[in-house]
Amino acid sequence: MQVEMKKHIFMLALLSFGAASPAFAYRAYVSNEKGNSITVIDTDKLEAIETVKVGRRPRGVELTKDGAELFICAGDDDAIQVLDTKTLSITGKLPSGPDPELLTLSPGGETIYVSNENDNLVTLIDVKRREQIGDIPVGVEPEGMAISPDGGMLVNTSETTNMAHLIDTKTKEIVANILVDSRPRYAEFKKDGSELWVSSEVGGTISVIDPKKRELKQKISFEIPGMSKESIQPIGISLTKDGKRAFVALGPANRVAVIDAESKKIEKYLLVGQRVWHLAFTPDEKYLLTANGVSNDVSVIDVAALKVIKSIPVGAFPWGVVVAPQ
Amino acid sequence: MKRFVAALCLALLALPAMAEPVAIKVGVLRQEHSRETLSILDIPAADDALAGALLGAIDNNTTGKFTGQTFDVVDEKIAGAADAPAALDRLTGAGVALIIVDLPADALLAASDHLKDSSALLFNVSAPDELLREEACRANVFHVAPSRAMLADGLAQYLVWKKWPRWLMIKGSHPEDELLAQAYRRAAKKFGAKIVEERVYEDLGGGRRSDSGHTQTQRQMPMLTQNAPAYDVLLAVDENGVFGGYLPYRTWDPRPVVGSAGLFPTNWDPGHEQWGAQQLQNRFRQNYRRGMNARDNAAWLAMRIIGEATTRTQSAAPDKLRDFMHGADFSIAAFKGVRLSLRGWSQQLRQPILLSDGRMTVSVSPQEGFLHQLTELDTLGLDQPETKCRLK
Repeated sequence: MQVEMKKHIFMLALLSFGAASPAFAYRAYVSNEKGNSITVIDTDKLEAIETVKVGRRPRGVELTKDGAELFICAGDDDAIQVLDTKTLSITGKLPSGPDPELLTLSPGGETIYVSNENDNLVTLIDVKRREQIGDIPVGVEPEGMAISPDGGMLVNTSETTNMAHLIDTKTKEIVANILVDSRPRYAEFKKDGSELWVSSEVGGTISVIDPKKRELKQKISFEIPGMSKESIQPIGISLTKDGKRAFVALGPANRVAVIDAESKKIEKYLLVGQRVWHLAFTPDEKYLLTANGVSNDVSVIDVAALKVIKSIPVGAFPWGVVVAPQ
Repeated sequence: MKRFVAALCLALLALPAMAEPVAIKVGVLRQEHSRETLSILDIPAADDALAGALLGAIDNNTTGKFTGQTFDVVDEKIAGAADAPAALDRLTGAGVALIIVDLPADALLAASDHLKDSSALLFNVSAPDELLREEACRANVFHVAPSRAMLADGLAQYLVWKKWPRWLMIKGSHPEDELLAQAYRRAAKKFGAKIVEERVYEDLGGGRRSDSGHTQTQRQMPMLTQNAPAYDVLLAVDENGVFGGYLPYRTWDPRPVVGSAGLFPTNWDPGHEQWGAQQLQNRFRQNYRRGMNARDNAAWLAMRIIGEATTRTQSAAPDKLRDFMHGADFSIAAFKGVRLSLRGWSQQLRQPILLSDGRMTVSVSPQEGFLHQLTELDTLGLDQPETKCRLK
């Protein structure tokens, strides 16, 4: 009876999606900071299907627009490695400068912007030519990088200067410096470019910036009963495509905050694994995956239900995560 | 240069405008620390503490490019406490109102008294005395360095977590050693450990360097530690580095050494690299060709606090800085995993304590499970309800 029922539902599902192969099977790539590896997850089965050995201390990961290549910041190798996502082999590296941690890709995919912490620079790399094409001086310990959806504005956060530097990508000049709270680590634009969100790990807040007016619009802070202020350390930010909801990883607070991105009110805290770093949606926004450093796993959040539905074991100290169509 | 000017002009658009670039001079008043160390690796460099302030100024100046501020360090290295008043007068005469101080407690108090009619603020980066934060606390002194009680509590929490609650204490014969011993006795009581016996190592003088010195040391240390009641760790209480370093591997019973040797509590160690600390260590080593020690780090942090305050208040006035540090929103990042803030009641910087073996960070206190109604960091050292400080 149950089998019958299942078959029935399956048929229904097929009907509603048409005859094409299921569109919801994606691949997630998780960087394991201590494991020196990338774990590949099938988001349909919600399990790890492959582990790839890469360079030392892999953290920031970014996919090319077509998903064919994965760029991996291998900090202890002072390089950005290029992984072919079909063959899962390293095909080369980009000259990043010392200890790369996070990078962002121009909307057209031709330029990589990477923070170069030792020299207080943002370094520009031409993807095709695989060479450095310039740099932009910023504050002390540049870290978070984001680019506006139209590609016109680059944002870099500097951890010790505590600023978001807004940079015109055409002139490569800083056009504004906005003070945010201590140790800004990550930046993310709303998909319509109307807001820029910056997380301050030590300050414990999110700064919402108006990129057009180039000014701080609002700060969001967090309160969790039974947790000290110090343990709430916002890092990764994911905003839904419609700009209505935000998810913020809270580090050692072991939670992801769900925020109404319009009213900026916190709706819920979801308990995930330990020391949650970065987040990534599946392209259909059905799931949100979280990389949990200390517990060596990835939590899967059902975005519609706002529930954590699974924990997937990965390598040692997962840090970054991205998802691509298979 | 053009880029710099453009960045600067635009920065002024984005931030509350300052009338013109402001030059902030920060003094460093210091006295040479003893070169009589057990290990030659610990002999202080000529720029001890100063180098931290200099690096802090470099960091602040990078930010200052965007905010129209410049930071300079004015170094005053004195031979002894008697020279402090003249040095302070030189500093204030040169328009310095923010002074980083690396002096012993009595000299720091004298400096505070000397400046009591001025607006100047002092930042204590080395003296660990409880007295300075308690009965003799002063409104013009901020403590960046942790106190003895904070250090002792940091170590004690780890030992209790490790289930090593029986401590054999060997204490030096200097007054500071007794003060440190008091901090450990208090910590043992606070966290449920037991000092099974206390012994004293008399400092009979004499140098630390000698040819074949180890041959005597390896006979003396077993004798010093034999016939002890059952214990888990040997607690060395030796603030002046007279004997503590001789204890590891030479005890009668095979026991770990903690305290002033072996596993020691500190605000910083050149081997610390977590939470991005590696970047700070790299910057320091590149500039000064040595590792960053605890005093260097406290001086760097004092400079960073000054930088944060002047950036956010757009003012270099000492009273604005004081208000900023006392504000509810004040916090500073220091590569120790959590934000540091101020205990307003004693002007002590609230901070985690690193436990190091001199090679790497073994653990960081507060330890899991030591709870507090406001912040776990206040499980380290004297808390507000027990304070004797009345700031004036």
